[in-house]
Amino acid sequence: MLIKGHVYKFGNNINTDVIYPGKYLSITADREEMAKHCFEAVHPEFLKNANPGDIIVGGKNFGCGSSREQAATCLKYFGVRAVVAETFARIFYRNAINLGLPVIIAPGITQQVEHNDDIEIDLLIGIIKNMRTNEIIKAKKLPDFILKIVTNNGLIPYLKKKLGILGN
Amino acid sequence: MGTLAEKILSVKSGKDYSANDIVIAKVDVAAFQDGTGPLGVRQLQKMNITKVKAPTSIFFLDHAAPSPRRELSNDHMLLREFSKQAGAILSEVGDGVIHQRLVESFAKPGDVVIGGDSHTCTSGALGAFATGMGSTDVAIGMAIGKTWFKVPETIRIEVNGKFQPGVFSKDLILYLIGMIGADGATYKALEFGGSTIDKMSMESRFVLSNMAVEAGAKVGLIASDRVTREYLKARGRLKDWRPLAPDKDANYEKVIKINAAKIEPQVAFPHTVDNTRPISSAKGKKVSQVFIGTCTNGRIEDLKIAAKILSGKKRATDTRLIVVPASRDVYLEAMKLGLLATFVKAGAIIMGPGCGPCVGVHQGVLGNGEVCLSTANRNFKGRMGNPEGFVYLASPATAAYSAIKGRISDPREVIKKGKKGKIRVNKSKKGRGNR
Repeated sequence: MLIKGHVYKFGNNINTDVIYPGKYLSITADREEMAKHCFEAVHPEFLKNANPGDIIVGGKNFGCGSSREQAATCLKYFGVRAVVAETFARIFYRNAINLGLPVIIAPGITQQVEHNDDIEIDLLIGIIKNMRTNEIIKAKKLPDFILKIVTNNGLIPYLKKKLGILGN
Repeated sequence: MGTLAEKILSVKSGKDYSANDIVIAKVDVAAFQDGTGPLGVRQLQKMNITKVKAPTSIFFLDHAAPSPRRELSNDHMLLREFSKQAGAILSEVGDGVIHQRLVESFAKPGDVVIGGDSHTCTSGALGAFATGMGSTDVAIGMAIGKTWFKVPETIRIEVNGKFQPGVFSKDLILYLIGMIGADGATYKALEFGGSTIDKMSMESRFVLSNMAVEAGAKVGLIASDRVTREYLKARGRLKDWRPLAPDKDANYEKVIKINAAKIEPQVAFPHTVDNTRPISSAKGKKVSQVFIGTCTNGRIEDLKIAAKILSGKKRATDTRLIVVPASRDVYLEAMKLGLLATFVKAGAIIMGPGCGPCVGVHQGVLGNGEVCLSTANRNFKGRMGNPEGFVYLASPATAAYSAIKGRISDPREVIKKGKKGKIRVNKSKKGRGNR
């Protein structure tokens, strides 16, 4: 599975209050509406400059802080195709997978990829190619069962389809 | 052989497991609050789940309590209606913050507790494997009574020695997070032990577990011992107690040793929790608002020390003081002990039990450029509702003393060693408010 996109780059410790401001936590159903507030309070330029199809590249501890699932939801419904980071905070990481938003751990990524670069992620092998420099960056391959959840567009569709353990 | 995390998850998944194994564990308690619950309920409805299977399933109305906006009021209605229909417990507006309510009445040693709130790790102080998750994860756990975990590696935090008067468990945890960083324990379990922890009250222990997530940890565990027993007994829950300790030969990823006697009062500067420094470097910083409360430091022990310092004093003219008891029981106890009168006389405003202004939803949103000294666990940019505001974190003693001075001030100036090792608050005129 190949994911191509334009890079929107952030630094270390991007927390979920920054990704999705607390005052919009009351939006719990309308995902398109959530998407209108990604990074709004602290990095309002994101909403002006980023485009659907972009890939977010972050530093260490991306998604730390509050457990709000809206932080992963707003990115997915904005159209962010994947998030690549040096490391992730665990709740955000699980939330993204549960929603079918690919999250890839790639140590050293912030050194090898610049804002506005184009990159290509091979999810199955776990490598990232920088199209500007032609450099190949090794990423951590997702464990198979996580890959299945992501490629089935999230935990609920996956459980419904594969296991049939839910429902009445 | 096992750490606390390994032992609990092994029991709950029916086989001996160790760090890095992936397990499917039984869930004892699944909890939501009003910020994450509505999303969870919508996920459950999408799957046509009408009954919950986790033995204790609870919805807490605390983040917007009472609701300041109609959208939030409608969310509250959704949670009330769903919990009634699905057989879940509802903790109403005014009952208190999820994590305080969980330790008071629901979580017990050896439990697996999952909550749609990152500070669910608070219950780890009771010896429960308690961790925060997103709405979909908690929804599934609540629906089927099970969830998957990677068994975390454990960092043992060994604390020995006695705190100086004026230094508290909040200072210890801020100090630790400053030392290891906001991602110093990502994916890992923190396990607190040592003579300082053995002697520490349950209320002080909750502060340590509560903030484990601020170093990225999955859980912040403490053995269940006599202190745990006394706490549960006092709450009429003796039957919920059981002893639980890590094995002597448990495998730790690393052990960090801390001498409690060497720690000074700490302050976390904006805008990250690991931006922690000794109070001397914050001393004199003007403060527009002091906030004492939250799931970190809104317990009776916290209100007691704050009231002791504020007794007979006034807040500084230019400093607002907001006090929020963490739960209805804390509120009642504070009322009985006369602490609320002390706060009101000192110029404070007291809000009903709940999260108060911590999450920036209501009850004390900061103005542009304003500084808040808070006893909460997070000081992220925009956290208190305004990215132009500045949040500093400290202990309730530091907060209370700073409210009198109007500037961040060192509580050791008034807290001295008293008889029998107890602490005493100096009642000299020095430190009276400037009104």
